[in-house]
Amino acid sequence: MDAAQLDTIVERYPGATGRVLGVLEQVQRRAGYLPRDALEYLARKLAMPLSELYSIATFYSFFTLEALGEHVVTVCMGTACHVNGAPRIVERLERLLDVGAGETTGDGKFQLTTADHAFSLTSARCFGACSMAPVLRIDNRIFGYVTPDKIPAILRQFDWEGNHHRNY
Amino acid sequence: MGLATCGIAAGADRVYAALESAIRKQEHNIQLRRVGCIGYCREEPLVNIHLPGKPLVILHRVTEADTGRILHAAATGDVPRDLALCRINAWDPIVGDKLVFGTGFEDIPAYETTPYFAPQQKIVLRSAGLINPEDIDEYFAVGGYTALHKAITEMSPADVVHEVIISGLRGRGGAGFPTGLKWNFTKEEQSLRKYIICNADEGDPGAYMNRNEMESDPHMILEGMLIGAYAIGAREGVIYVRAEYPLAIERLTAAISQAQRHGLLGENIFGTDFSFSVTIAGGAGAFVCGEETALIASIEGQTGRPRPRPPFPAQKGLWGMPTNINNVETWSNIPVIIHRGGKWFSGIGVPENSGTKVFSLVGEVECVGLAEVPLGTSIRTLVFDIGNGGLRGKAIKAVQTGGPSGGCIPASLFDTPLDYAHLTEVGSIMGSGGVVVMGTETSMVDTARFFIGFTDEESCGKCVPCREGLKHMLMILDKILAGRASVADIEILEELSGLIRKTSLCGLGQTAPNPVLTTLRYFRNEYEALVERSRSS
Ligand SMILES: Cc1cc2nc3c(=O)[nH]c(=O)nc-3n(C[C@H](O)[C@H](O)[C@H](O)COP(=O)(O)O)c2cc1C
Ligand code: FES
Repeated sequence: MDAAQLDTIVERYPGATGRVLGVLEQVQRRAGYLPRDALEYLARKLAMPLSELYSIATFYSFFTLEALGEHVVTVCMGTACHVNGAPRIVERLERLLDVGAGETTGDGKFQLTTADHAFSLTSARCFGACSMAPVLRIDNRIFGYVTPDKIPAILRQFDWEGNHHRNY
Repeated sequence: MGLATCGIAAGADRVYAALESAIRKQEHNIQLRRVGCIGYCREEPLVNIHLPGKPLVILHRVTEADTGRILHAAATGDVPRDLALCRINAWDPIVGDKLVFGTGFEDIPAYETTPYFAPQQKIVLRSAGLINPEDIDEYFAVGGYTALHKAITEMSPADVVHEVIISGLRGRGGAGFPTGLKWNFTKEEQSLRKYIICNADEGDPGAYMNRNEMESDPHMILEGMLIGAYAIGAREGVIYVRAEYPLAIERLTAAISQAQRHGLLGENIFGTDFSFSVTIAGGAGAFVCGEETALIASIEGQTGRPRPRPPFPAQKGLWGMPTNINNVETWSNIPVIIHRGGKWFSGIGVPENSGTKVFSLVGEVECVGLAEVPLGTSIRTLVFDIGNGGLRGKAIKAVQTGGPSGGCIPASLFDTPLDYAHLTEVGSIMGSGGVVVMGTETSMVDTARFFIGFTDEESCGKCVPCREGLKHMLMILDKILAGRASVADIEILEELSGLIRKTSLCGLGQTAPNPVLTTLRYFRNEYEALVERSRSS
């Protein structure tokens, strides 16, 4: 993101209330992560030490410091989804996307990106769509009542071409 | 067409588009409107259809393929019976005049006799799923902003606080602190600047009533905040909304600009010297930021770590100024209290627990959704009458209430009334109203581990008992689940629980052991069976 784009974002927050998180949120949404040079620019612009922005960026789970894949698959790990089988959803996604086998323990936080950068697999606490548990979100779309067997069809809507290395 | 997040996920946006294009192609005068969610999430997508002189009929599980049929029936003055869930002949929006839809369609079950709705009493959700949340005129049509007008033009700030005190309303965000008394603290502070905050962080995973309140009736929340600001003497308000709720943010933003255009937000409201503005601040995915001091730090652009109280926010809150924080649902109750009077409100529910509470009934239950019942309603009524029991007829073992700060209540205690004192007595809490139903196959030790894993990850790391203690609890729980633990480990788990409760800095740590303590209290046999297994292997 260039300086002009960042300036426009900052200008949208004339008051101090909610500004820092608001600006970072906009950058995260547009760029898909918080690039280092953007943070450096914002530190000067907002008159904050870079270390403080870094501390915020790592404290809040909404922010990431590395670029995510083109599509972001977020699995809800909230209570309703856990009870209704979220761990099995994660397990299947790991295999289908061929990422981090075993790295996710089924309920902890994780963030994994496929080798070709097409997909990132990550977790959330709750989308507030608990009635449709288990729930997953791809980019901005929420899918409810997910079962492991429904996942390939869902992924195909996002140009997933299947895992050719193994058979499932 | 019901278009809240859950409806959209069930395909409501596609049905809406199909209806829209089909309506354009025919010559009848059919109007298509967006509404929020009436709370029967299992039956989504929902379409309300109103024909002149007829009851409002709620159609359920509507698909794109049904749209032609629906419009064809409407053109002939009818509704497809196989899609009809229930009919509403008349509706009481409590604040405004009664809405009379009509009569007829007697063969369709009445709303009042539908098992899911019959035990409910809609006060907070009185307009949810019936009005367009994006249109302030529809809020006006159900008496919107008349309570604000009454408060500002006929009542003194002290009168307003008094009315809220006698209503008996208690905070809906967790601890249940009396709202009127809390307002008085900030009101009494001498300061040129004061703030009010609406806590819309909704951190409990499994609770989503605040999302629906914001998505379905955002003006109700603004009106509640306006009345509170007038009573407390605040000129600025902040709504802190979690990042996971983009649609709620969108609708609140639209509601704020509509209210500004109508002079309901801004300078000299209703020609008086009362002025008030509202800003939306976004959260960024940290559970602890629901805690009030962490929330304030977060709005100020810092990491969201709680600080010791006192000083309380009422003395030193946002930007060091006196600040009053309430939950979304607390604010939502204010307009009705002012309109109908505190005494009227105190007659709903049971003593010390007036009013209703919206519960999210989720997990392994047949009829998932949001149910609003008077406080004091039993768990059994909620789970069996409204929820129709376990999913696909499964037996139910327990419910978990209050989220990560709450506990698991066994089926043998389902006659417990849902009120603040009784839930505390059985070891859980009201919390924000999340009720997760668990079937007999759910392992209670795994459930306890799930919550400790959650709070351990969400601990801000500031105080030692929470940061280190929860980690140790997690290790012990993993050991038990892996079948490598001894009886002594269960004892250490109990001891650690007590220690963390007593010595943590904020509510997160102080309540985090509750899921372990309640499962040990009611399901100790499950822990022991796992320990037993390790001894015999
Ligand atoms: C860890 C933690 C998380 C909390 N999360 C929320 C929340 O998501 N929403 C909320 O309204 N209150 C939450 N609270 C309670 C708030 O600190 C505060 O008591 C509440 O917003 C006051 O509003 P009320 O009086 O209307 O209930 C939380 C408290 C703790 C300790
Ligand atoms: S628990 Fe998964 S959406 Fe709420």
